[in-house]
Amino acid sequence: MAIMHDDAPPTTSKMKDIRDAGKEQLDPVANGSLIGRTVTINRPRAELFAYWADLINLPTFMDNVERIDMLSDTRSHWVVKAPAGKTVEWDAVITDKREGELIAWASTDDADVPNSGRIEFRDAGDRGTIVTATIAYDPPADIIGKVVAKLFQHEPAIQARRDLRRFKQLMETGEIATAAWTQKQLQEEKA
Amino acid sequence: MRALTWHGKHDVRVDTVDDPEILNPRDAIIKITSTAICGSDLHLYDGYIPTMKAGDILGHEFMGEVVETGPGSTLKKGQRVVVPFTIACGSCYHCGKHQYSACDNGNPADNQDIGQEMYGQPMSGLFGYSHLTGGYAGGQAEYVRVPFSDVGPIVVPDGLTDEQVLFLSDILPTGWQAAENADIEPGDTVAVWGCGPVGLFAVQSAFLMGAHRVIAIDHFPHRLELAKRFGAETINFEESKTYEALMEMTGGIGPDAVIDAVGLEAHGFFVDNVVDQIKASLFLGTDRIHSIRQAIHACRKGGRVSMPAVYGGFVDKFPLGAFMEKGLTLKTGQTSVQHYMPALLNAIVEGQIDTTFLISHRMSLEDAPKGYKMFHDNQNEVTKIVLKPGAAADAAIPAG
Repeated sequence: MAIMHDDAPPTTSKMKDIRDAGKEQLDPVANGSLIGRTVTINRPRAELFAYWADLINLPTFMDNVERIDMLSDTRSHWVVKAPAGKTVEWDAVITDKREGELIAWASTDDADVPNSGRIEFRDAGDRGTIVTATIAYDPPADIIGKVVAKLFQHEPAIQARRDLRRFKQLMETGEIATAAWTQKQLQEEKA
Repeated sequence: MRALTWHGKHDVRVDTVDDPEILNPRDAIIKITSTAICGSDLHLYDGYIPTMKAGDILGHEFMGEVVETGPGSTLKKGQRVVVPFTIACGSCYHCGKHQYSACDNGNPADNQDIGQEMYGQPMSGLFGYSHLTGGYAGGQAEYVRVPFSDVGPIVVPDGLTDEQVLFLSDILPTGWQAAENADIEPGDTVAVWGCGPVGLFAVQSAFLMGAHRVIAIDHFPHRLELAKRFGAETINFEESKTYEALMEMTGGIGPDAVIDAVGLEAHGFFVDNVVDQIKASLFLGTDRIHSIRQAIHACRKGGRVSMPAVYGGFVDKFPLGAFMEKGLTLKTGQTSVQHYMPALLNAIVEGQIDTTFLISHRMSLEDAPKGYKMFHDNQNEVTKIVLKPGAAADAAIPAG
């Protein structure tokens, strides 16, 4: 008898085979962990998509991404902060892009931290737009303790949630909230 | 600048710290002319609120003069403003519904994690009230950085003194929202636990909303006297049995609506409260909740419970059975100050509400640590302390 599964996203499943299926749907060759985070943003779908589609905007709200360079329309180079003032870098390619709906990417084969993901935009009526990030990442064992801890601030799901919150703040309010009260404190926060 | 900073339980100091700067487009810098110590600041002083850090600047009731504005601010230099204690963006879904205290964006992203874990969803930012609510520097200081200054601060019309409008920042809207949350119907009898500022403003508000009778409950004679001045009947719980008195005073029915304006540091040597105190000291339960238990117990069947009082953590022995069997309704929450400010400012201008009666002490910001201790030790006489930045230590501060 076929088991009927519930309607919850695979990123929230307690069952490994369902999470694996979710990963495979994201990227047939993805290994490692799968995380998902959703936020509702009170802005039109097209506007959010446009901001995200221009990848060089992403470091504005992704605290650990120092810089993204566009190498071509589909290929980008990511420079990400690592401990002790170092950085890790990799190339990523856009694997799918549907105007106003979805952008999917995967790192190239030589990436230190192989990762792939998808950002989706769906209408939420008078609440704006539902934005869902789904990310698979597979850090090699030797750097897991260092780079990944810094890159994802101990838990990738938390980092993804923080990045999405900052994206929401920027889109809804035009700025990113901070409790600092001097420029110096603000720079220290961002370092 | 000089600022009142928190260093631990019963340890607050006036330190010299860096002046605030404009960091975001919608910011403004306010030079503070008057700031008050709130009863909820005593929760911080007593070490009841987690996520405080040494050096945090306290204060969430303040007003002053605009001295600097970011390009996105609508304020102008020289304007006098009262600043709401809730930091709200004005553009998210919740702000759109005027649920400003539920704003999605006022709390910095990293600080939202704690609230998300503890409460399921993170809360808005508040000034000077722990890192759970953002870690923002508060207004018991000479200057403060006010984010989203185009949404929060309200400009004070000429001719009104600081003391007439200062409490628009928190306690007046909080008392008003408490009464509004009690869904008062004409002819109602409303019981209010706690005659601190919020309770006293709730008494005034309840009458303005059509309550027939208000019964105020406390054990500080001076505070009960103030409640009486506004037309409330009083119960001193050291003198009378509260539940029995309420039942007799309401014809055996119980109050139609009850308001708990006491909160997590309820006083009194009741059996359950003593147990709570022991548990709190052992970190078994964090909140002492005698007043809300008693309010639920006394409330009439089908009645309404309003809870402006601050609670932070978990409780046990919450009378869920009484709550269900009697079919009660509970409304609560941090105050959506921005929603209430314009109408309440108007009520002050029209003379319908007076807030100045509350102020019992005025002192220099330099004397704030003394003020905290005095407020903590003598809540009968100390009903509200207003602090004046810039004044010399021990200076006598006139009213106004």
